[in-house]
Amino acid sequence: MSVHHLDYLDELESESIHIFREVAGQFEKPALLFSGGKDSIVLVHLALKAFRPGKFPFPLVHIDTGHNFPEALQFRDQLAESIGEKLVVRLVEDTIKTKKLTEQKGKFASRNQLQTYTLLDTIEEFGFDACIGGARRDEEKARAKERIFSVRDEFGQWDPKKQRPELWNTYNGKINKGENVRVFPISNWTELDVWNYIRREKIALPSIYFAHEREVLEYEGQYVAVSEYIRIDDTDVIVNKKVRYRTVGDMTCTAAVASNAVTLDDIITEIIATKTSERGETRIDDKVSEAAMEDRKKNGYF
Amino acid sequence: MDILRFITAGSVDDGKSTLIGRLLYDSKSIMIDQLEAIEKQTKNREDGEIDLALLTDGLRAEREQGITIDVAYKYFATPKRKFIIADAPGHIQYTRNMVTGASNSDLIIILIDARNGVAEQTRRHSIIASLLNMPRVIVAINKMDLVGFSQDIYNNIVIEYADLAKALGLEDVTYIPISALNGDNIVEKSTALSWYEGESLLHLLETVEVEKAINLHKARFPVQYVIRPQTEALHDYRGYAGKVISGIYKKGDAVTILPSGATSVISAIETDGGKQADEVFAPQAAVIHLQDDIDVSRGDVIVLNNDLPKTEKEIEVLLCWMDNKPLIPGNKYLLQINSTRVRSVVKDIEYRLDVNSLEKKFGPEQAGLNDIVKAVIKTAQPVVYDSYKSLRANGGVILIDETSNVTVGACMIQ
Repeated sequence: MSVHHLDYLDELESESIHIFREVAGQFEKPALLFSGGKDSIVLVHLALKAFRPGKFPFPLVHIDTGHNFPEALQFRDQLAESIGEKLVVRLVEDTIKTKKLTEQKGKFASRNQLQTYTLLDTIEEFGFDACIGGARRDEEKARAKERIFSVRDEFGQWDPKKQRPELWNTYNGKINKGENVRVFPISNWTELDVWNYIRREKIALPSIYFAHEREVLEYEGQYVAVSEYIRIDDTDVIVNKKVRYRTVGDMTCTAAVASNAVTLDDIITEIIATKTSERGETRIDDKVSEAAMEDRKKNGYF
Repeated sequence: MDILRFITAGSVDDGKSTLIGRLLYDSKSIMIDQLEAIEKQTKNREDGEIDLALLTDGLRAEREQGITIDVAYKYFATPKRKFIIADAPGHIQYTRNMVTGASNSDLIIILIDARNGVAEQTRRHSIIASLLNMPRVIVAINKMDLVGFSQDIYNNIVIEYADLAKALGLEDVTYIPISALNGDNIVEKSTALSWYEGESLLHLLETVEVEKAINLHKARFPVQYVIRPQTEALHDYRGYAGKVISGIYKKGDAVTILPSGATSVISAIETDGGKQADEVFAPQAAVIHLQDDIDVSRGDVIVLNNDLPKTEKEIEVLLCWMDNKPLIPGNKYLLQINSTRVRSVVKDIEYRLDVNSLEKKFGPEQAGLNDIVKAVIKTAQPVVYDSYKSLRANGGVILIDETSNVTVGACMIQ
């Protein structure tokens, strides 16, 4: 019996591959949202397992806020090229110009909210009926309630009260024209599972996930990278610090953590010892209110 | 290290949220910032005590109303196991959520308040556990601190529950006295309950065998997607991608494709993006190649020639209705089993099951939200299935309302 026993990472992997193939089987025009962050890199790795030697039945799509880390963008382009899959990039900058959107003001003015507009436009442009994303349920308590197949209306809105029951491993992706489904294949993975999997599978990551020297601004206990996208005030204290990124979002709303971890083993040791959650430690955008994530999802965000 | 998926049943009053909070807290799965966030919210409360339920109630409406509306999934791990908790609300109006949470679980923890003993909701949760064929049941008799850690009270509840378990056919039941609030018998064995000879709850969860839930005999492989690269180098490549939901497949095995009944032999198996394998077993994802060039597509099931599933156009089911609009005999729905979808009509509702008493009420005209009924469903094409009792992975189907696209029913095939 012990011969026929799967390790937990194999079981998670198999569940995710099954979800990928359900997307391929149920939808006409899916897309894989790919940012160059670790969770979406794991998604690409899983998609290779699900569909090779065939091509992906979807393009990689990135909604580029213009505030991304250059290391992540470079990695994104290289990965797409090395696996020979199509990459679609749409710029929030373009949406701001054509739709005359108003940008946030302030020290860490973020385009996080605005990227929803570009995402919805891109979904419409290509007629995507399913968008695969790397969100996990352990990240945030509103996400803990979301289905693996999460149906959104034509405005991309999530209605938590109208979620479809999701039974066994049977996924109902049936929708009307104009609606789309957000699909989260690694819903049941935790941050530590992702890192353990990256180590086991020897998945390459952008360099910013490993400890490096960086000019950062210390703000309310968080380290924010000095960049042209944030406002530096005279009173700000800028230091050179050894840091790594635990998550990779926009430079304006992602904080670094002080770290000496240069290998995956080091990172995993630090994550096991940490007393702060992934989003709590690194996301400036979640701290706005108790229901920040729930509200953004209701507006079409992931 | 493996995965155990479990569901907790019991209302807030039974200490369900406290128990989950305790497991997360003691396994260090709650982080400082998450605790600070709920402490901040708790400040608005009169008693000022930290409410661990706030950790699981993720939606604004839930926090405002102080109730759990929807299933939330929580994660924690010990060096031995990864745990996935389906935290489902316990009230009768949320039967469908409990059915949903239980459908993916290997084990159920049923909480009983030691002061109240086996209550109406204990019966309901146990009935649902038996309908969903939960392989394992842990009965946690909670709030032992409020009954002076009395062994007599514990024993009486065990005797009372054993009768219920027997009546319901729940075979694998383990009992444990706990106090979730104080942490007695949760992670460590409690000194206050020294008369209890079993292990702590966490130890039980870490060591309970779950392999039994995977049937390695009946081999079932629903085809999800056909991989056809159609490149020059791989011109003839045609791989059937799916997941082994039950059993073992080996290269050279003789197989039948259902529902067509065509036969062939497995010529190659791939896992892991093209890597060749000699065998695959549940729940591995795989790509299967056949010797013969026959028509196989999504929705077909590849099975081994021994121990065949049933292939029929009429099935009897126990059905949990999940929609606000009632189920009326004669209504048509899409029926989905794994990756197969067919048109169907609910022909007849034989009886409604009272989930509090197990009583059958024959000849109901319709079924309403949260009702559990026995029904007969006719399908347009033959459905490949096993009885839910013999093979959960190929015995559960959902019904989809074609006008709203919503999942409206969960059926356990009889």
